[in-house]
Amino acid sequence: MYGFEAMTFNIHGGYLEAIVRGHRAGLFTAADYNNLCQCETLDDIKMHLSATEYGPYLQNEPSPLHTTTIVEKCTLKLVDEYKHMLCQATEPLSTFLEYITYGHMIDNVVLIVTGTLHERDVQELLEKCHPLGMFDSIATLAVAQNMRELYRLVLVDTPLAPYFSECITSEDLDDMNIEIMRNTLYKAYLEDFYKFCQKLGGATAEIMSDLLAFEADRRAVNITINSIGTELTRDDRRKLYSNFGLLYPYGHEELAVCEDIDQVRGAMEKYPPYQSIFSKLSYGESQMLDKAFYEEEVKRLCLAFEQQFHYGVFFAYMRLREQEIRNLMWISECVAQNQKSRVHDSVVFIF
Amino acid sequence: MGDTRGGCCPPMDLFRSETMQLVQLIIPMESARLTVYYLGKLGLLQFKDLNSDKSPFQRTYAGQIKKCGEMARTLRFFKEQMLKAGVSPSAKSVEETEIDVDDLEVKLAELEAELTEMNANGEKLQRSYNELVEYKIVLRKAGDFFPSAQHSATARQREMELNQMVEESIETPLLQEQGTSTDLSKQVKLGFVTGLVSRGKSMAFERILFRATRGNVFLEQVPIEAPITDPVSGEKMEKNVFMVFYSGERAKNKILKICDAFGANRYPFAEDCGKQALMISEVSGKISELKSTIDAGLLHRDHLLRTISDQFEQWNLKVKKEKSIHHTLNMLSLDVTKKCLVAEAWSPVFATKQIQDVLQRASVDSNSQVGAIFQVLHTRESPPTYFRTNKFTSAFQEIVDAYGVAKYQEANPGVYTIVTFPFLFAVMFGDWGHGICLLLATLFFIIREKKLSSQKLGDITEMTFGGRYVIMMMSLFSIYTGFIYNECFSVAFDLFAPSAYACRDLSCRDAYSIGLIKVRDTYPFGVDPAWHGTRSELPFLNSLKMKMSILLGVAQMNLGILLSYSNATFFGNSLNIWFQFIPQMIFLNSLFGYLSLLIIVKWCTGSQADLYHIMIYMFLSPTDELGDNQLFPYQKTVQLVLLLLALVSVPWMLLPKPFLLKKRHENRHQGQSYTQVQGTDDALSEAKHDSHGHGHEEFEFSEVFVHQLIHTIEFVLGAVSNTASYLRLWALSLAHSQLSIVFYEKVLLLAWGYNNMVILVVGIIIFIFATVGVLLIMETLSAFLHALRLHWVEFQNKFYEGDGYKFYPFSFILIDDEDY
Repeated sequence: MYGFEAMTFNIHGGYLEAIVRGHRAGLFTAADYNNLCQCETLDDIKMHLSATEYGPYLQNEPSPLHTTTIVEKCTLKLVDEYKHMLCQATEPLSTFLEYITYGHMIDNVVLIVTGTLHERDVQELLEKCHPLGMFDSIATLAVAQNMRELYRLVLVDTPLAPYFSECITSEDLDDMNIEIMRNTLYKAYLEDFYKFCQKLGGATAEIMSDLLAFEADRRAVNITINSIGTELTRDDRRKLYSNFGLLYPYGHEELAVCEDIDQVRGAMEKYPPYQSIFSKLSYGESQMLDKAFYEEEVKRLCLAFEQQFHYGVFFAYMRLREQEIRNLMWISECVAQNQKSRVHDSVVFIF
Repeated sequence: MGDTRGGCCPPMDLFRSETMQLVQLIIPMESARLTVYYLGKLGLLQFKDLNSDKSPFQRTYAGQIKKCGEMARTLRFFKEQMLKAGVSPSAKSVEETEIDVDDLEVKLAELEAELTEMNANGEKLQRSYNELVEYKIVLRKAGDFFPSAQHSATARQREMELNQMVEESIETPLLQEQGTSTDLSKQVKLGFVTGLVSRGKSMAFERILFRATRGNVFLEQVPIEAPITDPVSGEKMEKNVFMVFYSGERAKNKILKICDAFGANRYPFAEDCGKQALMISEVSGKISELKSTIDAGLLHRDHLLRTISDQFEQWNLKVKKEKSIHHTLNMLSLDVTKKCLVAEAWSPVFATKQIQDVLQRASVDSNSQVGAIFQVLHTRESPPTYFRTNKFTSAFQEIVDAYGVAKYQEANPGVYTIVTFPFLFAVMFGDWGHGICLLLATLFFIIREKKLSSQKLGDITEMTFGGRYVIMMMSLFSIYTGFIYNECFSVAFDLFAPSAYACRDLSCRDAYSIGLIKVRDTYPFGVDPAWHGTRSELPFLNSLKMKMSILLGVAQMNLGILLSYSNATFFGNSLNIWFQFIPQMIFLNSLFGYLSLLIIVKWCTGSQADLYHIMIYMFLSPTDELGDNQLFPYQKTVQLVLLLLALVSVPWMLLPKPFLLKKRHENRHQGQSYTQVQGTDDALSEAKHDSHGHGHEEFEFSEVFVHQLIHTIEFVLGAVSNTASYLRLWALSLAHSQLSIVFYEKVLLLAWGYNNMVILVVGIIIFIFATVGVLLIMETLSAFLHALRLHWVEFQNKFYEGDGYKFYPFSFILIDDEDY
C-alpha cells in the first residue's frame, strides 16, 4: 500500500513518530561537538553536557568523573527513551523496535561467551554488556560449554533462537567459532529483519531495505578484511555474507576470493555508492575504512528523517544516538588521556 | 497619554511600558561579586550576555559555577537521604545569616563524607543482617519440607536409575548387575543446595536447572509470604526458598553457576534436625545483636540528618544565589587590564538612582578603592518591555502577553482589557445568580490568597488562582449584566420596581393573545420582568442583544483605531496618522458607525424602519428613495456622502503611503554623503550594535506596496467580518440563557410538579450539577475564550504590534521559584 500510509499511520504511529523526531532534535550539532572538543577536563565535558538533554542523567555524579560513567549515563538515557517508546508502541511497531535490539543481544551473547572462555568474572562481563541487549537468563550463558548447550540452555528462550539453526555444532567453543557464530547469527538476524521490513511494506520497507542493505554490505566487507590471512575457507566466508544488499550476489563472489585489501577495493569500486567511500582512502589502507563507513551510514540515517510515516526513523534515531555516544566516548577518552590532537580522528559529525 | 516621550513626563504606568535605558557598569574585580549580589537583591537589571561566543567552561567564573554545581549536588544528595530517612527540611523562614561560600563548601563536603561513611557502615551491617534474616527463613522453611523432599528426591532418583537400566538393558543386558550396584553408591552421593531466589525468576530458574542437568535434579520451592529485603540490592522483593537435590560433581558445578547467574543466595543447611535447631538459635542470637547495632547507627544518622535539615533550606538558597551570581558574572566581559568587569544591562530609567546607590554601597562594603562606574549608553537596539504590574493587573497583562509582548513603549491594550475583557465576558454570561456563584468561588481564592500563594497547587487550580482577580471582575460584571437581562438562574424578578405592564382585566384571559397594557412608568433598570415567559420574549431580547453587540463592537474597534493614532503621535509617525488612521476612521464609521447611529435613532424614535434593508440598499441602489425606512430628513444624501467617503478612503489607505515611503527613502539616500562626516563619533557605538538598527538600509518598493495592499484588504474586509464577529456576544448570551431555562424548567420545575420528595431531591441534585458543570464551568470557559478572541483579534489587530520582548531582570526573587 505504498503511498497510503499517510491515511492510517498516525492512528498508532503518530505519537511515537513525534516523540522520536523530538528526540532527534536533541542530537548534538557541529557546534556542540566543537565545544566538546575544546574541553580541557572531563568536568568541562560534564558542564557542557549539563546544558544538553544528558544533563539530568549526569547531574548527580560526584565530581572526579570517569569516561565510563559518562558513557554509562548517556547510554542509560538512550535506554530510557527506548523503553518509553517500546511501552507506547503497538504492533507491528513494537516488534520493529524489538528487532533493533537483537544486534546488541548477539553482541552480548558473544561477549559473555568469550569472557567465560577466558575465565573472566561474570558480573564484570555483565556490566560491560549493552543494556539494550539484555535478556533474563543472560548470566546463565556462562554455564554452556558448546554451541549446542548454549542453544539448548539459554538461547532457546530468546528471540535469537531461530537464528541459531545454522550454527548448532557440538564443537567446543573457541575464539574462531565464536566469531563465526557471531557472524552467522548476525547474517540470520539481518535477513530476518529485512524480511520483516519487506512484510511491513510501504515507505518502511523502502527505507529500511536501503539501510539494512548498507549494513549487510558493510559487514560483508568487514568479514572479508578480517578473514584475510585466517584459515577461513572461501566457501565458509561466502556463507557468512547476508543474502541481500547491493553486493548480493555477484559482489559476494568477488569478495569471497579477495586475498588483500586492494582486491576488496577493486571489487567494491564497481558499485557507485561505495566508490566514494573507497576514493577517500589511499591504497592499502584499511584503518580509516570504519570511519568512512560510519560517515556514510550517518548520512543515510539522517536521510531517513526526510520522509514521514515510516518506522525507519526509529532505527535511524537509535543508530544516530549510539553513534553520538561513541563520539562522546572518543572525545572523553581523548580528553582524559591528553590526546586532544587525535580528537577528530574518530568523531563522526551527525549534522 | 498623547504626545509624551522619554523620561520627561509623569509616569504612564500601564499605558506604555517603562522607559528603559542601556547602561554600562564598570565594576572593579574585587567588588564584583558583592555588587552583583546587591543588584540581584534589587532586581531591576537585565544583563546582556557579552560572552555569547564563549562556551560555558571557557568563561571567567566557570570554576565557581562548577563549585556551586558540586554543592548543589551535595545538597540534592542530602535531600534524597532525608527523604529516605523521613526527615523533612524545616520550613521555618530563612533568616539571612552570612555564611561564606568557601566555608559552606568545606562544611558540605565534610557532612557528605560523614554521611557516606555512615551509610557505608550501615549498609554493611544491613547487608549481613538481611543475609541472616534470609538464612533464618531458609532454615525454618527448608526444615519443614526437607524430610519429605529428600524422600521424594531419592525415590525419583531410584526410579530414574531404573528407567535407565531398562533402556540400557536392551543393549547391554550384561551390565545389569553392575547397574544395581552403582545405584546404591549413587544414592549416597545425593547432594543438595538450598537458598533463596526471587519469585519472578523462579520459573526461569527451574527451567534452566532442568535443561542444564537434563532433568536429573529434584527441585522443591516454597514461597515466602512476606516480601523480604534482598541483601545485595537492598530492595524489598518476594522470594522463594528452594532446595535442589542433585547427584554428581558436574551437576553441582552447573547448579552453582546457575544459582550465581540468577542472583540466588545460597545458604548451608544441615540434614540433621538437631543441628538445624542449633543453627536457628545461633542465627537468631546474631540477628538481635546486629539489630541493636544497626538501630544505634540509624539513630546517629537521623541525628546528623536533623542537623542538616535545620539549615538545609538556607544552604540551598545560598547555593542557588551564588550560582546565579556567577552566571551573571560570566555574562560580563573582562576588561583588557583584567582589573575590572564591564557589564551592559537594561534597566528602567526610574531605577537609575537606586542602582547608583547600590553600586556605592557595594564598593563601600567591599572596601574597594575605586567605585563602580555607571553610565548610560545610546543604542538603536529595541529595549525590553517592562510593565510594573501588581497582583491585580498582572493577570490582565498576562492575557495580553499571551498574544504577544508589546513592542517597546507602544500603547498597551492591557489597560483597557481590565474593563473591557470582563465586560464582554459578562455580556455573554449575563445572569446574576450565576455571577454570585462565581463571585463566591473567586472570593474564596482571594481571601485565602496568602496561604494559597505559598503552596503548590494543581494545574487547573493554579490557573484559576492566577486569574482570581480576572474572575472576580468577570463575576461582578456578570452580576451587573444579569440585572440588565433580569435573569437569576433564568428567573426574572421585579427588584427595582413592579412591572410596568399588567393584564387588561382580572381574569388575564387575553394576556397571550392581545397583550398587556402599560400601567406604570417604564421599568427603571434592565428588562421588564413581564417579558419573561411570553411568546415575544425571544424576538425582543434577540433584537436588543444583537443591536447591543454591534454597538459594543463598533465602539471597541473605534477605540482600537484611536489607539493606533496615539501610537502614531507617540512615535512621531505622521504618515500613519494621515494615511492610516484617518481613512480607517472614516471607512469604519461611515459604514458601521452609521449603522450604530441608525440603531440609536431607531431606539429613541421607536421607528419601524428595517435596518437590514437600509444597509443593503445603501450599497445596491444608493439613489433609490427610502420610503418607509426613512429615519431622519436628508437621510439619502447623508448615505450617499458616507458611501462616497468609504469608497474614497480605500485608495487613500492603499496608495499614498508606499509612494511617500519611497520618496522619503530616496531623499535620505541623497543626503547620506553629507551626513557621513558627522556620524564618525557615533561610529564606535554603532559598530558595536551593527546587528540591528539598519532596517532602513534596504528598501524594496514592491515589498512595501504588497504589504500595504495586504493591510488595506485586511482592514476593509475586516471591518465587515469583525463587526459580524461581535455578534458572538449575542449568540453566546442567547445560548447561556436558553440553557439555563432548559435546566430550570425541564429539571427543577418538572421535579417540583410530581409532588414527591424523592423526585424533588433527585431533581435538585441534577439541577445543581448541571448548573455547576455546564453553566458555571463550561460556559465560563467558552465565554472566556470568546472574550479572549474578541480582544486578541478584533480589538488588537487595529493597532497592536506585539513583537517586543519581556524585561527579565536578574533578581533573587525570581530565582527562588525556579528549581534547578
